[in-house]
Amino acid sequence: MPTIKTNEGPAWRKRTPLKQWLVWAGWLIGLCIAVYAWQLISEKTIWMFVFDAPSQMADIGKRMAPPDWSYMSKLWRPVWDTLNIATIGTAIAMVLAVPVAFLAAHNTTPHKSVRAAMLFIIVASRSVNSLIWALLLVVIVGPGVLAGTIAIGIRSIGGCAKLIYESIEEIDQKQVEAIKATGGSRAQQMIYGIVPQILPTIAGVGVFRWDINVRGSTILGIVGAGGIGIQLNASINVLAWTQVSTILIVILGTVFVSEYISAKVRGAII
Amino acid sequence: MNQEASHYAETWKKPHFIKSSFLRYSIYLATIAYFFLAIYTMEVNWTRVAEGIPRGADMISKFFPPDLSDSRGVILDGILESIWMAVIATIGGILLSVPIGLGAARNLAPTWIYLFCRGIIAVSRTFPAVILAIFSVKFFGFGPFAGFVALSIETIGFFAKLLAEDIENMSKSQAEAVRATGASWLQWINYAIQPQVLPRMIGLSMYRLDINFRESAVVGIVGAGGIGAHLLTSVQRYEYATTATVLISIIAIVITLEYTSGYLRKWVQ
Repeated sequence: MPTIKTNEGPAWRKRTPLKQWLVWAGWLIGLCIAVYAWQLISEKTIWMFVFDAPSQMADIGKRMAPPDWSYMSKLWRPVWDTLNIATIGTAIAMVLAVPVAFLAAHNTTPHKSVRAAMLFIIVASRSVNSLIWALLLVVIVGPGVLAGTIAIGIRSIGGCAKLIYESIEEIDQKQVEAIKATGGSRAQQMIYGIVPQILPTIAGVGVFRWDINVRGSTILGIVGAGGIGIQLNASINVLAWTQVSTILIVILGTVFVSEYISAKVRGAII
Repeated sequence: MNQEASHYAETWKKPHFIKSSFLRYSIYLATIAYFFLAIYTMEVNWTRVAEGIPRGADMISKFFPPDLSDSRGVILDGILESIWMAVIATIGGILLSVPIGLGAARNLAPTWIYLFCRGIIAVSRTFPAVILAIFSVKFFGFGPFAGFVALSIETIGFFAKLLAEDIENMSKSQAEAVRATGASWLQWINYAIQPQVLPRMIGLSMYRLDINFRESAVVGIVGAGGIGAHLLTSVQRYEYATTATVLISIIAIVITLEYTSGYLRKWVQ
């Protein structure tokens, strides 16, 4: 126990002197990084605009109130589209993610090279934001809901497959061995030994991803890929701030509802 | 006895995931109805999609070889801007998260502070970073500062929530032991709570840096600094070789960050 000597005898200290110095050094390095990063950012900032921000906020805040409720009637369709992008996108992703996960997990993969290829697919799909996928897909399939759906689908494959393959790797191998002992083929081992163990995970991952995707699909409209983002972008561009606040409230409501549903369903499954 | 034995099932069927058959079939039916309706109402311009397939092939063929020369130096500049924006937003967000996280822990804060902090967390979690970035750009002007603000707010929603949950789940006996020595509130936080939550929080901050970098690569699309702006221009100008370079750099950095953060998290815990 690290102590220091005082007039009243040894007193307790949290760390030994060396450890304490190391902790201080860590803080110093962190501080240096922060200062350096801050300098780079502040070089590119026009501080006049930043100091002007409070008055801008007050101004836009004033213009946003009260929300234009009459605009709500035009928002049901975009909300429906947004939810469809999220749901169908998640469905596409799950259909593709399950085989990818099986090929990626080290206990079910046919070969190491297949595993490496699948891990690359997972990383590539996860690293690129759905907005970037949407940007590319709008060029390919044209603006609209389809581009958004595919974008959400591609982005979600990696996220879902990663969680599923990790759970495949953590299964109880004894059950698979039991099926093998009865003379089950490789396919039967998978269906009766592995799938029942990971089915709750698959369902949970799907619902969890859907919740994330509802949030993600609200912004795809900014690059023209359908959903409520189109209205948001249009209203901001024409400075119709009362409409913007209505849209924000609708997004807030949609996300809260989806989060509630996802939490309820996950609670029921797990 | 004999008769009973003959009634035993001789074949085995896999039990269903959803046990109630009524619930199961109504879920099947609802799912089919929903997908039918959703696909039916989806307005797809199929002629445009058909036109797009050769365009897509053209895009992918132009991806190779990626334009690695970066003749104007904008890609490197944008990537570095994204990285530093992510770093400073993570640091700023965490600094703001600590008081909010303490306030949002049910066992530390009085009810009105608790509700206020939970409200901040809920709002910052709801809106995607890009929407926050749109507003930051309106308030603070174009450039990485707007991205920094948007990502910091996003970080609060993530970090403060997990910090609060971690504090709520901490071991009470340690907290009580320190309190019994007559420690002040600050000493109590520092010696009873901080050691319990710190290792996990260091891991989470690395994870958040990873997420923030991914987001900082897109907030540029709405003008909040970073590589996103160049990505958007390169797509709009059909300079797909440049697009490929940007995408490859993003993927490479994300992989590097993910491995480093995974390694650091193992080392800390």
